[in-house]
Amino acid sequence: MNLIDNLISPQWRGTYTLFKKELFRFWRVAFQTVASPVLTSLLYLLIFSHVLENHVQVYKDVPYKAFLIPGLIMMSLLQNAFANSSSSLVQSKIMGSIVFVLLTPISYAQFFIAFLAAAIIRGFLVGFSIYFVAIWFVDLSIVHPLWIFVFALLGSALLGTFGIIAGIWSDKFDQMAAFQNFVIMPLTFLSGVFYSIHSLPPFWQAVSKFNPFFYMIDGFRYGFFGQSDISPWLSFVVVLSFLLGLAWLALKMLKSGYKLRA
Amino acid sequence: MDKKLTPAVKIEKIHKSFGQLHALNGIDLTIEQGEFFGLLGPNGAGKSTLINILAGLLKPTQGKVAIMGHDVVDNYQAARMSLGVVPQELVFDPFFNVREMLRFQAGYFGRGRENDAWVDEVIENLGLTDKAQTNMRKLSGGMKRRALIAQALVHKPPVIVLDEPTAGVDVELRQMLWAFIKKLNNDGHTIILTTHYLEEAETLCERVAMMKQGKIVALDTTSNLLSKLPGKNLRLTLGQASLPSTLLPMLKNGENGIFTLALTELNQIEFALSELRKANISVQDMQLIEADLEDVFMSLVGEKAGGEKSDVQIHLGDA
Ligand SMILES: Nc1ncnc2c1ncn2[C@@H]1O[C@H](COP(=O)(O)OP(=O)(O)OP(=O)(O)O)[C@@H](O)[C@H]1O
Ligand SMILES: [Mg+2]
Repeated sequence: MNLIDNLISPQWRGTYTLFKKELFRFWRVAFQTVASPVLTSLLYLLIFSHVLENHVQVYKDVPYKAFLIPGLIMMSLLQNAFANSSSSLVQSKIMGSIVFVLLTPISYAQFFIAFLAAAIIRGFLVGFSIYFVAIWFVDLSIVHPLWIFVFALLGSALLGTFGIIAGIWSDKFDQMAAFQNFVIMPLTFLSGVFYSIHSLPPFWQAVSKFNPFFYMIDGFRYGFFGQSDISPWLSFVVVLSFLLGLAWLALKMLKSGYKLRA
Repeated sequence: MDKKLTPAVKIEKIHKSFGQLHALNGIDLTIEQGEFFGLLGPNGAGKSTLINILAGLLKPTQGKVAIMGHDVVDNYQAARMSLGVVPQELVFDPFFNVREMLRFQAGYFGRGRENDAWVDEVIENLGLTDKAQTNMRKLSGGMKRRALIAQALVHKPPVIVLDEPTAGVDVELRQMLWAFIKKLNNDGHTIILTTHYLEEAETLCERVAMMKQGKIVALDTTSNLLSKLPGKNLRLTLGQASLPSTLLPMLKNGENGIFTLALTELNQIEFALSELRKANISVQDMQLIEADLEDVFMSLVGEKAGGEKSDVQIHLGDA
């Protein structure tokens, strides 16, 4: 890290320090922030693949076990990117330690970048860990690695940004948990982690198309199997638009000092 | 313009409202570079609100503030570089130990490893060396306060603001802290201090502002403020006896048989002694004391600095 410290221009050293601090923050409690979501996903994999293995065939030539893995990876990646930025912000607001950052010359945009980058790294770390453990048990192809990367990046950025918004808005942990339980969980479960939306009745297929999580997971899965419910390009455009919209909102909140600088 | 002429802090017509509450009501104040300045006032006077505006933690409803010539809104990065603030609330980040946290804090200000020596110097000067590797959560309250003070100093700011830095700290740290802060002041740092311990302000601050209900009610050098108050205090030790009622109008305070009378003229001593003789009360001890900042404060603000009278009147709205 010393080398990087010296390469970074002084104007960006603050941002880089904040990013590094956010990384250490979750790494210090890695058992809870990395190991535990990995274990949860593997339990899902074990149970759902056993129960559904002989009942569900989504894509031809793709066993259900393999179909399930990209969805589980993406689900955890998204949840953890959200958890990182939101819980860090809510906690430092409640503890009051957010002032240590607010007193510094770090700009609102730099603040956004540092929290977002840390959220992305946490998402990737959890996602990668699940992947590396899962491939011990299941044969998993990779057809388009670039699409995998692109959707992992956009997805974790989208949820990291959403976490920043939720973290700024929430004054208590319950409020943040409400985002998790009433927005993120339902949207991920209804997005096709465990099934293809083609297996749904037409009405629910139409509803799914309003769910941004569906596009993230579908596009991500395309990278593994080269097959998806809709074109990855369409998913890319939808996810990117959502990301830009939320980033605009988060930056606007930060710039105005909403709930941070009264 | 000569750089020395730039004031350390320039506050112009600052107003701050929280809804109906007018917490700051037109503050004008200029603090020169190198000053050791005291900001005094009872609980709720608006001291912390003013400091939070300097720090950019609160936005003024009206008015302007510049730190070392940098506007805290338009040129906030330069302003914050120049400012180190010790917040009044005892806040800390529970994930890190003292040294890690201080290095992060310096990093936020763009400081790299070259700054580590200074961080260690701050740690040592605040008596934190033994605790440098201790997690913030595990520090005692006074130690947390030290770490909080250290955090404000890591980027060597030319202007240092301490919002009640000695609340809840032991005598040892007070002495250590003031020695360190005086040294920084001698090196050219501007110091702004709020405290409810007026003896502290009296010995340390060259100039003080007294605030009350969002306004500055006195602003002068400490010695001028003290000399403006012509009176002295007469402290009488009377043992079991109580004070004759004729002397009650002069009474400042009295407990455990020791009574302090505020004198406006010295011949009041004669009067006091003759009244005591009439009442057949023998004086066990007698002292004549100069008025102190506490008296100035009482006469201007009308209450004790320690905030014994806690339900401070609040100016509501424009009514
Ligand atoms: N965030 C806030 N929202 C609403 N009112 C506030 C807020 N911060 C301060 N106040 C009010 O503004 C007034 C000034 O408060 P401030 O904290 O500046 O006083 P102070 O002089 O620092 O007092 P103390 O000596 O107790 O620290 C008080 O009446 C306080 O209740
Ligand atoms: Mg205060």
